Amino acid sequence: MQRVGVFVCWCGSNIAGTVDVQAVSEALKNEPGVVFSTNYQYMCSQAGQDMIKNAVKEHRLTGIVVCSCSPRMHEATFRKTAAAAGINPYMVEIANIREQCSWVHKDMLTGTEKAIILGKAAVAKVNLNTPLIPGESPVTKRALVIGGGIAGIQTALDIADAGFPVDIVEKQPTIGGKMAQLDKTFPTLDCAACILTPKMVDVAQNENIRIFSYSEVTEVKGFVGNFDVTIKKKARFVNEDICTGCGACVEKCPMKKVPNEFNLGMDNRHAIYIPFAQAVPKVATIDPNACNMLKNGKCGLCARVCAAGAIDYKQKDQFIEEKYGAIVVATGFNPISMEKFDEYAYSQSKDVITSLEFERLTNAAGPSAGKLIRPSDGKHPHTIVFVQCVGSRCESCAEKGKEYCSKICCMYTAKHAMLTRDKYPDTEVYVFYIDVRTPGKNFDEFYRRAVEEYGVKYVKGMVGKIVPEGDKLKVQASDLIANRQLHIDADLVVLAAAIEPDKSARPLATMLTASMDTNDFFTEAHPKLRPVESPTAGVFLSGACQGPKDIPETVSQAGAAAAKVIGLLAKDKLMGNPCVAQSDELMCNGCSTCANVCPYGAISYEDKEFRMPDRTTKIRRVAAVNPAVCQGCGACTVACPSGAMDLKGFANSQIMAEVDAICK
Amino acid sequence: MQVNEYKPLIVAFCCNWCSYAGADLAGNNRLAYPADVKIIRVPCSCRVNPMFILRAFQRGADGVIICGCHPGDCHYTSGNYYTRRRMAALFSMLDFLGIERERTRVEWVSAAEGAKFAATMNDFAQKVAALGENKRLEDLRCKK
Amino acid sequence: MQKITREQLIEKASELLANGTVSCVLGWGAGEFGYDVTPTVFKTAEEMKTGFVFSDFCGANFSKYLVAKTQKTEGKILVFLKPCDTYSFNQLLTEHRFDREKVYAVGIPCEGMADISKIKAICGEGISSITAEGDTFIVTTLYDDEPIAIEASAVLAERCVNCKSKKHVAYDELMGEDGDVLDSGRFDEVARLEAMTPDERFAFWQNELSRCIRCNACRDACPACTCEKCVFDNPKSGVENKSPANSFEEKLFHIIRAFHVAGRCTDCGECSRVCPQNIPLHLLNRKFIKDINEFYGDYQAGAEVGSRAPLVNYTTADLEPGEVFNREG
Repeated sequence: MQRVGVFVCWCGSNIAGTVDVQAVSEALKNEPGVVFSTNYQYMCSQAGQDMIKNAVKEHRLTGIVVCSCSPRMHEATFRKTAAAAGINPYMVEIANIREQCSWVHKDMLTGTEKAIILGKAAVAKVNLNTPLIPGESPVTKRALVIGGGIAGIQTALDIADAGFPVDIVEKQPTIGGKMAQLDKTFPTLDCAACILTPKMVDVAQNENIRIFSYSEVTEVKGFVGNFDVTIKKKARFVNEDICTGCGACVEKCPMKKVPNEFNLGMDNRHAIYIPFAQAVPKVATIDPNACNMLKNGKCGLCARVCAAGAIDYKQKDQFIEEKYGAIVVATGFNPISMEKFDEYAYSQSKDVITSLEFERLTNAAGPSAGKLIRPSDGKHPHTIVFVQCVGSRCESCAEKGKEYCSKICCMYTAKHAMLTRDKYPDTEVYVFYIDVRTPGKNFDEFYRRAVEEYGVKYVKGMVGKIVPEGDKLKVQASDLIANRQLHIDADLVVLAAAIEPDKSARPLATMLTASMDTNDFFTEAHPKLRPVESPTAGVFLSGACQGPKDIPETVSQAGAAAAKVIGLLAKDKLMGNPCVAQSDELMCNGCSTCANVCPYGAISYEDKEFRMPDRTTKIRRVAAVNPAVCQGCGACTVACPSGAMDLKGFANSQIMAEVDAICK
Repeated sequence: MQVNEYKPLIVAFCCNWCSYAGADLAGNNRLAYPADVKIIRVPCSCRVNPMFILRAFQRGADGVIICGCHPGDCHYTSGNYYTRRRMAALFSMLDFLGIERERTRVEWVSAAEGAKFAATMNDFAQKVAALGENKRLEDLRCKK
Repeated sequence: MQKITREQLIEKASELLANGTVSCVLGWGAGEFGYDVTPTVFKTAEEMKTGFVFSDFCGANFSKYLVAKTQKTEGKILVFLKPCDTYSFNQLLTEHRFDREKVYAVGIPCEGMADISKIKAICGEGISSITAEGDTFIVTTLYDDEPIAIEASAVLAERCVNCKSKKHVAYDELMGEDGDVLDSGRFDEVARLEAMTPDERFAFWQNELSRCIRCNACRDACPACTCEKCVFDNPKSGVENKSPANSFEEKLFHIIRAFHVAGRCTDCGECSRVCPQNIPLHLLNRKFIKDINEFYGDYQAGAEVGSRAPLVNYTTADLEPGEVFNREG
């Protein structure tokens, strides 16, 4: 049996004005377990707290009920008081008789009556309280960044600059991501390579950063502060440590007809290749699907010309196991496939291209060396039609497009249109749009310049159909403002394809037990207040994996994620919230229902041996809650049919006791 | 006994992060609601077991209301979505058993909605009071 | 009336026992009366020949027995599963309640089982034998000189009248032909109750549930109720109670029981079959199933292994609890 002390606060006249505090402390004296009951003007004051401490000593109290203001106000205060008096801080319960009683009820009689009932409920609960001790777990001071685009690069640099080691896992042979493929960036029009490649070099040179390129995460175990991650380093058949990136092998490679994915298949590369000149790491990679030597053992030219002797046809996939304290997801995005958009003739005509292909076409390092040409005949296009929102904001076409706004297309289309008019003033440029959305610093000014200074023809309305005819593309569209149909003979059509999360994100989310929305974007812990954290403790989000983002936004989010990681890694130990779920394994069925509802992936299962009454043993699957990961929501406790799962601090019996006390 | 003297007993389960704070805000702004409403603090609305609700009715509560963060705003991201499904199923079942549907309610109240909290409690208490005492859940045994 | 015969099942079991595929057989054993059948474990073909029964009264769903049985048995257990049993079988696998490797499931067709209480309602007590001849039962009783002929369709068990599926969703081997999922109209009775006024519904359930004697037969037979320890047996749960301590108790028990199996109940109907008070308990479960189907899209528990039950799932666009009442209006 507990020895409970009740302390009723007047809060000056805030409580005492509408609640007869004397009557409350008298009434609660008779409750089970109560050995001491008093009231005082300001319980939270030093004198009030001393009163509690003295009473604990004098009456050997094991539990404390304070009838006062909201626990959101002073629960922490009174817990500290209890701890100072030598009892467990979680043996304190607060009856909120100010915000939820004296302040909302005008009548002394009803106020007092209700205050007594709330006090009784708190006493009933505290009688069932047990001392709780927060768990501690160590922190591995190393971070993992998954994805080596601008988001991953920035996060890694920021973490590394704070002095913590970081590993970047990138599935491509080089870091750089989508930004490396871009030509210029809005709204300042500086070249993407000029601002990105120095950062890539910084990454390569930073002593705290390791790059696992051409690699993937295959398994994640553990929890915040203590993740065990397996990384698969795919065989690139070139010894990274020796390769100097001289490119001699590439020149000699006879397999020259492999579609170049870096240029989106608009030109070819060799079977052994370095994606682009500024690649980091600047190391060659052999494409096993194209290399003759790997396919049928006939060739071996690259090995012969490699002065460093870096070619290794026998190289195998390598699995690396490493421990991390924090994981940052920066898996980025891809434009959606245009195959299903038959109305725009993407599959029929080479001159209907996506915006990302347009970036490569205008990039000096691209397939046309920066000359804007038609992919079909290499001629200069005179009329260009840009179509916005292809697959974005597409409520009616869920099977091929996306419901959401891809956010970046308005701005890059304005950029494309502006750059075209700037370089080739003889070109006529049309942009078809639903709305032009330019919320960002200097964005609207940028768009207006495209219209006003560069004479880009913006037409509100959608393109209905594009039909290739001769060397022209017949564009049928509607102008909603003029309310008429337009027919344009275009030389080139550029589709602003919607963007979607990278396909690797979904399996990764499963491994991390991080939640995703229906579009496969990672969900943040709180949409406003914790935008760079995943609900899964220790997993952070950077860049477009969380939602469509432009570069400035991605970089700021990357920095924010890094700050959160640094905050975590700076700690030596993590103190958990002791009010976590706990499963009674004798009652647990091991049915996995609780794990289904856990938003944090805190529940795992193990086969456990039980001794039966008849001295036999039985092996059963039972749930185990990781207290370092559990946040204490209690979803599992209700999902559990057997009642094996309970929540410390808000146990079934405690809440039931409160219900009983109130309904007595 | 006069009808207007009857005071219903109402149990309100409030999630710690939104609705309990909303109730506090109602207090801060001195927005009155009937003293018949007694609040039990839970970490999340998804902590509310149907057992608690039935227990309250069993012990004489006349109405039970569950308040949580608005869908999409749950402190634990998805807790209130489970609440929504569980309570939809449970309430429909209670209705199926002939228990007055006005005795149970789920309401989403954010920490900023002190006024909504008070208005909700006023409305709920009034509706429950209009039903009178909860006899059906308390006294179900066929007494011939 | 059943198309598959006792002899065929014994032959199949004997073969599997003989070739070592299985070490024992979970089957129906003879009880005190011909219509009274008891789940029994057979270790040999000889035991089967003497004790094994297969008739129109073999309604018991064996999937639940596998939870305890697989723990104790060396080797595989042969279990005969009627179509409706296979759903429970899958649901238990979804919940990791037994090791699939330890079971050899033989799917058998089912023509619907007979309800002895319906037969008794026609011929009274004192039944000495029941034999099936085609679609007719020939019943002899101690009190009648002449045997009584009863149309099998007239005494079909309630759950079989609304059979949801003749299709087996799990088996290692199938005897006879597989059927289809049926459009059973099994929610008609629920819909009829829903159409009543709340007062009428209350009166209906008051009449039904007040007969409950808290014998726990429904719970003990239910293949979804396989908890290591039931909340109603657990002193710590706060709702532990063996007998109705007050007038609310049995109602609370049935609501909570139905809620605990909601989304997991395959609608096998065992609860109502075993209820000695003939309370239509399956209607509570069907209400949850009907609601879940209507609120969150069609879901059949046990149709596949590993599916996520609707009550442990969500979408951001789910309907509000307040909206469940005025969907029509």
